[in-house]
This record gives sequence, C-alpha cells and structure tokens, in this order.
Amino acid sequence: MLTYKRSVINIKGIKDGLLITLGEGEWAEVETLLLQTVAEREAFLKGARVTLDVGNHILHAVELGALRDKLSEHNISLWAVLSNSPVTEQTAQVLGLATRLSTPRPERAIRSLDTNISGDQALFVHRTVRSGFKVSHKGHIVVLGDVNPGGEVLAGGSVVVWGKLKGTVHAGVDGDESAVVCALEMDPMQLRIAGFTRENVQRRGKPEPEMLWIKEGRLVAETWKAKK
Amino acid sequence: MAATVVTVTSGKGGVGKTTTTANLAVALALGGKKVVCIDGDIGLRNLDVVLGLENRIVYDLVDIVEGRCRLRQAMIRDKRLPELYLIPAAQTRDKSAVSPSDMVRLCDDLRAEFDWVLIDSPAGIERGFRNSIAPADVVVVVTNPEVSAVRDADRIIGLIEAEEKGPARLILNRLNPALVKRGDMLSADDILDLLAIELIGIVPEDENVVISTNRGTPVALDGKTRAGEAYLNIARRLGGEKVPFMNLEDKQGLFQKLARMMRSGG
Repeated sequence: MLTYKRSVINIKGIKDGLLITLGEGEWAEVETLLLQTVAEREAFLKGARVTLDVGNHILHAVELGALRDKLSEHNISLWAVLSNSPVTEQTAQVLGLATRLSTPRPERAIRSLDTNISGDQALFVHRTVRSGFKVSHKGHIVVLGDVNPGGEVLAGGSVVVWGKLKGTVHAGVDGDESAVVCALEMDPMQLRIAGFTRENVQRRGKPEPEMLWIKEGRLVAETWKAKK
Repeated sequence: MAATVVTVTSGKGGVGKTTTTANLAVALALGGKKVVCIDGDIGLRNLDVVLGLENRIVYDLVDIVEGRCRLRQAMIRDKRLPELYLIPAAQTRDKSAVSPSDMVRLCDDLRAEFDWVLIDSPAGIERGFRNSIAPADVVVVVTNPEVSAVRDADRIIGLIEAEEKGPARLILNRLNPALVKRGDMLSADDILDLLAIELIGIVPEDENVVISTNRGTPVALDGKTRAGEAYLNIARRLGGEKVPFMNLEDKQGLFQKLARMMRSGG
C-alpha cells in the first residue's frame, strides 16, 4: 500500500516551493491518497507553496476547487497546476492558478521594490505672513516664517508653519477633515480645520511645537517634544 | 553729493512720525550734514509746526510739482541750523495732487545738493503713503509699544516688502521703562520678536517732547533731554555708526530716591 502510495504521490522540492506529482488512477482515489499523505506529513508540508502536476487527469472547477480548499485547511497554498490536459489547464486558469513553471511569475520578474513615495502638491511660502496679508491655496501650504496677528493662511489641505503661528489659519477649507495644522509655536488668533474651530486655549508659558487634527469629531492637539 | 532718501512712516496715526522726522532732521543737521525734509502729508501738514517754520511758508510741495515755483523758492531754511531745509505740504489740496513719480522726480533733483532727504509720510496705507515711499532708499517705521500700533506697523512693513523697499528699520517711540518693568507695557523684545526687523532706536516717553513740539523747537536741538539724546543716537545709526543703546533704567541717584522716600513717608 505504501509503495503504491509513493508511486502515486511524489513530492520534491523545486525553486518555487514543492512539486507534488500525481500518478494515474481513479481521481477520487488519487485525491484521497494525496490528502492522506498531506495529513501524515503535515509538519513538513505546513505553509508550503505547492505546485501540483496532475498528469493526464482531467479536472473541472468543482474538483480542483475542492482540492485547493482541502489543501489550504492543512495550511498548504496551491499556486500552480501542471497538466497534459488543456481542459484542466483552463480550469486552473479560471481558478487563478498558474499553469507553467518555466515562465517565472510576471510580478516577480518585473516589479522591483518601488522606493519613491508620491506625495501631494503644496504651496511653499518663504516669508513672514504679516498683518493684512493672506495666503490661500487649494492644496497644502508650508510657511517658512511666521504668521503674525492679522495675517491669514487658508488651505484646502494641511498647513505647516515653520515659525510662530499667531494669526488666523483655516486648514481643510473645503471640508477636508484629514487636514492638520502644525507650527513651531502654536499660538493662533483663530484656528479652524474643516468645520471645527479651536476652543480658546489659555496657555501658560511659552507656546510649543504642536500639531492639531480632527479625531472622532473633535479637534485634538499634540505637543511635540524632543526625546531627552 | 548723493543724498540718501529716508521715509518715516507708521501706518497708525499719532505714534510720532512727524516728531521723529523733525528730530532726525535736526540731529543730522547738527552733525554738519545738509538736510532737507519734505512733509508728505498734503492736506494735513504739520511738520512745519513742529519745526517752528509755519509762518514762513510761501510756496509748497504742490506748487513745485505743478510748476508754479522753482524748487529753491519752496525750500524754507531753518535759521537755527544753516543746512536744514523744509519743503512744506500744501494745506488746501489733497494727496491726489501729487503722484509717486512726482516724488521720485523731486527727490532726484534734491539728491545732488543734499546729504539727507527725509520724508514725513502721512498715516494710512493709501496714496500719501505710496507717494512717500516711492523715492525712499531707506524706510523707517515708527511704532509705539501698543498692540494696535504694532499691528499696523506689521502691516506697513509687509507693504514696504511688497514694494521692494524693505527691509524697513524700526524706531520704538514713547517707551515707558517703568511700565515695561511692571509688565504693563509691551517690551522692545516683544515687539522685535513679532516685527523681526532691525531696531535703530528706542525713544523713551519724555514730557519734554510735548513741550518742545508745541514751541516748535525739536528736543534734538539741545541734546540734554532723554528723548533728544535718543534722536541724536538714531541719527548717528542712520549714518552707519554703531552706537550702543542707552540705558533706559531710571537715572535717579541714591539721594533723590532717599528724598522721595522721605517725602512719601512724611
């Protein structure tokens, strides 16, 4: 029985994981033997990526799908089926399984790791926004300078002030609640994000670097502190 | 000679532009320089009053611009200082009588003959302000240690930057050191922190300024008062000298302090 089983179920390691070759015979019987083998050698096969060479067996979606599910119960992922039968190949393709080992998987060969991070456009303002002056922009705004009392910054997105924020700022003017406002010295006359207005904060001592955003329908603030 | 054109402005009214202009003019002239000051406040002239020259006006700035007199005819020479002149503003016209390019032309005519041309700008940010800063090489912003004056100064500094006449320099006028010490007045540091421009002078609050302004004899004429001393220092700084800022702490000696304690005690 064991020899018979071995000749029917053949397992070997290949570059892409494990290759299990199935011999001839009644499909139901072959399947049962395969599952028995898998159960017996679960510790070894656990987590394996498996290619199944079904030889001349003609398999339809029901049978192949059922087998795939049973294998996955044993923590084995079936990713490719090799077959001499065009019908089986087609079935495998319908189930999203590979049918060739020789052609390397396309995403593996072409897609290298993309390390470029795509960001959003922002308006960069390298000056102090003085009283009576206004900066408005549909996207984000970065001010390298102060925003003085009476100065206004209106952004569709977020606002970053590398300086003292003492004027009026409205981030997310069109209702973008993911917008944030940060400043090195957060001490605004008025601050709004989307439809939320900051409650008047009586502060003690020197204003600190701070970021404000909307969390669960409330404006929250977090002070930035350097690690000591 | 190629004069430097200095415009004195503030945004807010009543902070001491005219007093500052008159005193800087006097201080520069005392230093032996040829100085002319122009009253840019057409319709609301008063630089002539502060300099004590009001009763000698025949022609004014608008007469020059409109060709009714020669430049020389409109310049009033101060009798106390040989090289100090005033071009007064017209009282019966308004700011639209003069354009920024008129002012540039006028100053270009004056540059050859003088060391300093001082322009007293009117309050506000409209035509008169634009006329006054158009010919400027240096813009001096005057402010008081009050939130509203500082706010206007900030706006004016921004407009000066926008006209590419910046960076402006700052004179802090009417500072009361005792009030600052008590925390009841903005300090020079608070103001500089916000305005972030170069400070060229602090003029302490001094009742002599009011008295001298009413008499038409600017405090800088005799540098014995605290304010007069401050103006003389600013004039030297305008000329490029490095002058240390004077100590604004109370100058009272031990004897006066004791005398005052005894008075209040008895």
